[in-house]
Amino acid sequence: MKTSAPLRLSRAQRLLVHGVLVCLCVPFIMPLLWMLSTSLKTDDQIFATEGRQTAITLTSLIPRPVQWSNYARAAQTVPLALYLKNTLFLCAANVIGAVGSSAVVAYGFARIRFRGREPLFLILIATMALPGQVTMIPVFALFRALGWYGTYLPLIVPAFFGNAFYIFLLRQFFRTLPEDLAEAARIDGAGEWRIFWQVSLPLARPALATCALFQFLGTWNDFFGPLLYINDPNRYTLAYGLQQFMSSYGGEWAQLMAGACIFTLPVIALFFLAQRTFIQGIATTGGKG
Amino acid sequence: MRKKWVGYAFISPWLIGFTVFVAGPFLLSIYFSFTRYDVVSPPVWVGLANYRKLFFDDPLFWKSLGITFKYALVAVPVGIAAGLGLALLLNLEIRGISVYRTIFYIPSIVPVVATSVVFVWILNPQIGLVNGLLRVFGIVGPAWLQDTTWAFWSLVFMSLWAVGGGMIIYLAGLKDVPMTLYEAAIIDGAGPLQRTWHVTLPMITPVIFFNLIMGVIGSFQYFTQAYIMTMGGPEDSTHFYALYLFNRAWRYLDMGYASAMAWILFVVVMFFTILIFRTHKRWVHYGN
Repeated sequence: MKTSAPLRLSRAQRLLVHGVLVCLCVPFIMPLLWMLSTSLKTDDQIFATEGRQTAITLTSLIPRPVQWSNYARAAQTVPLALYLKNTLFLCAANVIGAVGSSAVVAYGFARIRFRGREPLFLILIATMALPGQVTMIPVFALFRALGWYGTYLPLIVPAFFGNAFYIFLLRQFFRTLPEDLAEAARIDGAGEWRIFWQVSLPLARPALATCALFQFLGTWNDFFGPLLYINDPNRYTLAYGLQQFMSSYGGEWAQLMAGACIFTLPVIALFFLAQRTFIQGIATTGGKG
Repeated sequence: MRKKWVGYAFISPWLIGFTVFVAGPFLLSIYFSFTRYDVVSPPVWVGLANYRKLFFDDPLFWKSLGITFKYALVAVPVGIAAGLGLALLLNLEIRGISVYRTIFYIPSIVPVVATSVVFVWILNPQIGLVNGLLRVFGIVGPAWLQDTTWAFWSLVFMSLWAVGGGMIIYLAGLKDVPMTLYEAAIIDGAGPLQRTWHVTLPMITPVIFFNLIMGVIGSFQYFTQAYIMTMGGPEDSTHFYALYLFNRAWRYLDMGYASAMAWILFVVVMFFTILIFRTHKRWVHYGN
């Protein structure tokens, strides 16, 4: 589609717009640059201005000298490698669980007729607006009664029962598939499961990738789940571990920012690798309200 | 000749999950809200005692509700305006749009825990970035997160850093505005500002509407940033409703009381969602 820019700009106007945009970029980019630069500074440089009310200059953005060892020190203060491993494990389990189950459910809602399908789908949509606070206490009581408190099970098992948003997204996709494909397979004697598995699912790869990406980020970023259910420091995730790091070693800014970088950079890298999936996914989230 | 049960079999994961993790807990939390319950021992029926205490004998309940309202009232509209403003700028025909878009968007994908930690650092009163920059202009900055008036505004200010997600949604909406509408407006003699006001904005009101609803629902669940950055302080000035609910439930193990709070939250969110829906005929336009 050709972009529909409503205004034609003169050369001077274009320069003005560039000027405004460049100025706007500064507050958006500065916190991240500051995080990165602090993570490489010595304590001497970080605390140099303390108590002297000095203004920040451009040169204070550059770490002098560059102290890479902050990362190694941070990883000794708290076991960052272990947190990373835990986080990746939870991400993998949640991506498999949520995407797999949501695809099956979405196919059911999109391609099979059964009584009560429409009202059930409306209920599914309504659950998306339900504040989690209303259900979290009984759910916590349930997991506790099952003896799952302190394990990863409360952070993994619910994913295997479908996610309303992914079901919605994948249903939209499955509905666009032509009926003749399924019809042809049916004539060949394929059951509904085989049609789903061998015909529809391979075609849904882009939509599945969007869901997998969202779920990966959701689990990577999740703070509330570990906060409720994890009490053993060996099971901390990066998100929870970073918060614990800050509350225990508040003044260690260089190490803390090194931890924040380790936590943030993979997400930014993922964005550059999967830019299209990101932008399209976000746009479909909001576009069809 | 497909069997009747096949459809139910496909949606069974969701049906089970919905019953066990949503519908059941939803109903159970009504019951809990009429009890005294600490998870360790069975709930004890107390009738309306939790609600009575909340409404008549808990100033923090009202305070946290007020803070949350204030946040929804300020941060949501300002966030929408900022996201929309950026999207309008990026919808102009100039070079390098994708670079600007990337820079504005990236903060919104930074994990909330990382954002919170980084902002605690840049808002540090003595050696933080923000006050250091203000000194360049000879301004002595406040203590931000440690100041009863500024702590709340620091969180609002931080929420603006992540408007890039909304911006992308608006930008997608702007691209869908048909070119013919602009051409018609030009023929009618509409200038650039008139075209933005009378063509562009009405055409993306459905997107604004969606973001308004999600923003209000999200405000009432605002938790992580307040938990990490201020713990509700100083002097409860950032004690958001969801944070108070969490403290009641998990710090004081007052789960019956917290369930009553959750139900009040649910009713309030429903009320505002319906209220916004009822206004939508007046200002939301759907193209043919």
